[in-house]
Parts: sequence; structure tokens; C-alpha cells
Amino acid sequence: MTTGEPLIVLDSVNKWFGPLHVLDDVSLSVGRGEVVVVIGPSGSGKSTLCRTINRLEPINSGTITFDGQPLPAEGKALAKLRSEVGMVFQSFNLFAHKTILENVTLGPVKVRKEKPAAVRERALALLDRVGIANQADKFPAQLSGGQQQRAAIARALAMQPKAMLFDEPTSALDPEMVGEVLEVMTSLASEGMTMVVVTHEMGFARHAANRVIFMADGQLVEDAPPAEFFANPRSARAKDFLSKILTH
Amino acid sequence: MNVLIDKFDVFAGGFWLTLQICLLAAIGALLLGAVVAVLRISPVPPLRAVGTAYVNIFRNMPLTVVMFFAAFGLPALGSNADFLRLPGLDAVFNRLGTDLPYFRFALIALVLYTAAFVCEALRSGVNAVPPGQAEAARSLGLTFSQNLRHVVLPQSWKASVVPLGSVIIAMIKNSALAGFFGVVGDLAQTADQLTSAEGFAFVPVAIGISIGYLIMTVPLGALLDRIEKRQAVAR
Repeated sequence: MTTGEPLIVLDSVNKWFGPLHVLDDVSLSVGRGEVVVVIGPSGSGKSTLCRTINRLEPINSGTITFDGQPLPAEGKALAKLRSEVGMVFQSFNLFAHKTILENVTLGPVKVRKEKPAAVRERALALLDRVGIANQADKFPAQLSGGQQQRAAIARALAMQPKAMLFDEPTSALDPEMVGEVLEVMTSLASEGMTMVVVTHEMGFARHAANRVIFMADGQLVEDAPPAEFFANPRSARAKDFLSKILTH
Repeated sequence: MNVLIDKFDVFAGGFWLTLQICLLAAIGALLLGAVVAVLRISPVPPLRAVGTAYVNIFRNMPLTVVMFFAAFGLPALGSNADFLRLPGLDAVFNRLGTDLPYFRFALIALVLYTAAFVCEALRSGVNAVPPGQAEAARSLGLTFSQNLRHVVLPQSWKASVVPLGSVIIAMIKNSALAGFFGVVGDLAQTADQLTSAEGFAFVPVAIGISIGYLIMTVPLGALLDRIEKRQAVAR
């Protein structure tokens, strides 16, 4: 899977929220085409880790490199970098005043200055791909959670990103809608998209991930292929976590 | 109560002048307030500081004092507020027959004062937009101004329109002060003229000018209620 130099590199990243050390000397590299799933108890810093990669959360020390370039400071260069990194949020965050189609076309038209007609075509193809082509002219509030999240994935893909970040994409969904979102994510993974996925879906971690990262208390505790991690967690912290979630 | 009928033309003239001041001041205050609001939410700290300083000064100073500064401070600095003689605006002033510096001074004071409140009403609307909306826009690579224009402001409008209306209603009533700073012939100064100079009883005159203000403010309030109801349906 991994070829050439890694796409995302975090080196000794530290971040504090006031006195709380949310990221404690985290180093991680994600290769091109790799799917990395980040798991861990809540408050372990996994969402924060995900959000530092496109600098939605600035860091206090350390370096983050994307595609060979260190993350720029706030401004035009950062906006350009963000346009190359798709992001999917727990709460979908579709633009509430725009239709699904407008949600998907806004980025390419305004950020990339692409021709609206061409973007529209691509957007419709993406909506078809995630299975909601017939919802294109509705507003987000008229869709189910699962449909909204799939629209959000289409919106991120419309920018033709080099990598996709998923911040607990199924945590706000009713159980019967989790599957349809994971299906889209699995097909993306199998097509070679570079993905960092923060999730509690152990099934997805098992079958779609190349690597599983286990975080606790802001530290990156384990980094292993899923089969190895689930069969044989090395740290007591990971064993404890897995025993709690896998007994149900 | 005969004064209301006998002096109807005086009341009507006062109403007309007050309406002109209010229309022009409302346009100015909405424009300036929007600029200050953008400054206050800008990601650039010095711009934010300028916006915050503006609001702190003009929101916390009595309008009377702002009027004093405009009507006495500007002439002391050698200005007749001629900078307001912009091509289009100047034609409006001339047409209205109100090409007097005091009209401009009152306008400046009302605009400066009201803009601070307009800024805060707009900003409360921006704050009512869930932060995830702006975050999603940033994650797509939209710049600050694109984010405001395409994502945040269109949604903030809903939450700002009612407080904004209250600010403009307050401004219409505040315009009554202009009559005491040299503007001749607006509603408030009409009352003063009729009672002190011409000896009419105060209460009927006060009723007359109240009606004048109510004609402007009540429909505006009703309009706001309608907009609010329509939004409640749309939501």
C-alpha cells in the first residue's frame, strides 16, 4: 500500500487546552494510500489529533508536514492546503441554507474557481456514488443522518483531496444508518484513498484499516496492524479498553 | 386639540424631515455597522481591536455627547461636514432643501452612535450560527471573506433581523435629539417651536408628535414580527 515518502507526518506534536495536555509528544506518519484508524477512550485526544492535521486546531510545539510541506500559518496558503485535505465531521456540518447539490459544488466553484457546469456534473456523479443522487435538491434538514453524512463525504470528495480525515463520522448516527456510511468509507479505502479515521467502529478498523493507532491520555500508546492489535494488544491500557468494548 | 388640525402642515413637515434623517441615518448606520462587525470578527488582532474600541466608545457614550461632538467639535476643527457632500448624496440634500450643516452633523452623530449597536446585533447573529458551519467552510479551503459571504452571513441574517429592527426603532426615537442641536423643523423641534414660541398647550402638541413617531416605528415593528413568523415556518 505505502509508496514513497509519507503523505502526513506528525513529529513530536504537543498541544495543551489550558493545563490539559491533550496531545503529548505524538509522532505519527501516514503513507500514501494508507488507512489509519485511531481509537481510544473519550478524552484521549484522538479527535484533536485528527483536527490538527488541517490545522483546525493549532498545535503548541512539534511539526506537522503534509505532502512534504510544513503546515502554513493562517492565511491563503493554509486555505489551499485545507482544500487538499477532505474532512468529515461527527455532526456532518452541511451548510444548512444550501441544497445538497450546492453543498457539494460550493468548494470547487469558489475555492478552485472551476466551471459550475463541470462541477455540477462531478457533484451529481459523487452523490450517485454515495447513493443519494435523488436528494440533490433537498436541504440538509430534510435528510436522515446517514444521508447527511454521505452528502458530507461527497462534499469533501468534490475537492478531489489527497487525503480524507474522518472525525467520528458515525457517532451521531442511529445504529441502522451506521452501515451505509461505513460502506462508502470502505469503498473509498479500497480505492486507495489516504484516510485517517477516528472511530469507535471496531468492525471497520478490523477490515478496512492498514494500521490501528490506540491513544490514551494524549499519548499514542500503540500502533499496529489491526489483526495484531485486536488479537494481541501489548499495553495494559489497550487491553483494558478492548475488554470493555468487545464484551458487549 | 385644534392645534393638530390648524398646524397640520407643521406636523407633516416635521414628520417629513425626521423621516429623511432616519432613512439616511439607517442606511449609514447599517453600512458602517456592518464594516465594524466584520472588523470585530476578523482573524487579524489589530482589526479586531479597532472594531472593539469603536463599539466600546460609541455604545457607552450618551448620544447627547456624540451630538455635541458632531455639532460643536466638527466646526471647531474647521469642518462643516462637507465630506458628506458626495455627488449622489449632495443632490438628495439639495432636493430636500435641508442643505444645512446641522442636518449633516446630526446625521453623523446618529450614524456613529447607531453603528455600534448595529455591529453588535449583526455579531449576535453571527454567533448564533453553529461553529461547525464555519469550520466546515474552512476545511474546504474557503478564505475568511468567502466563509462570511457564502456560509456565515446568509445564516446569521435570521438571528440578526429582529435585534437589528429594535436598533433602528431606537434610532428613530433617538433622532428626536437632533432638534436640540440646530436641526430646525424635525418632529421634536416642531414641538418646541409650537409650545415655547407660539404658546400652544403642550399635551396636544406632544400627542401630535407622538403620532408622528408611531407612524414610523409601529409599521417597522409589525414588519419585524412578520419576518420573524415567516422564519419560524421556514425553520
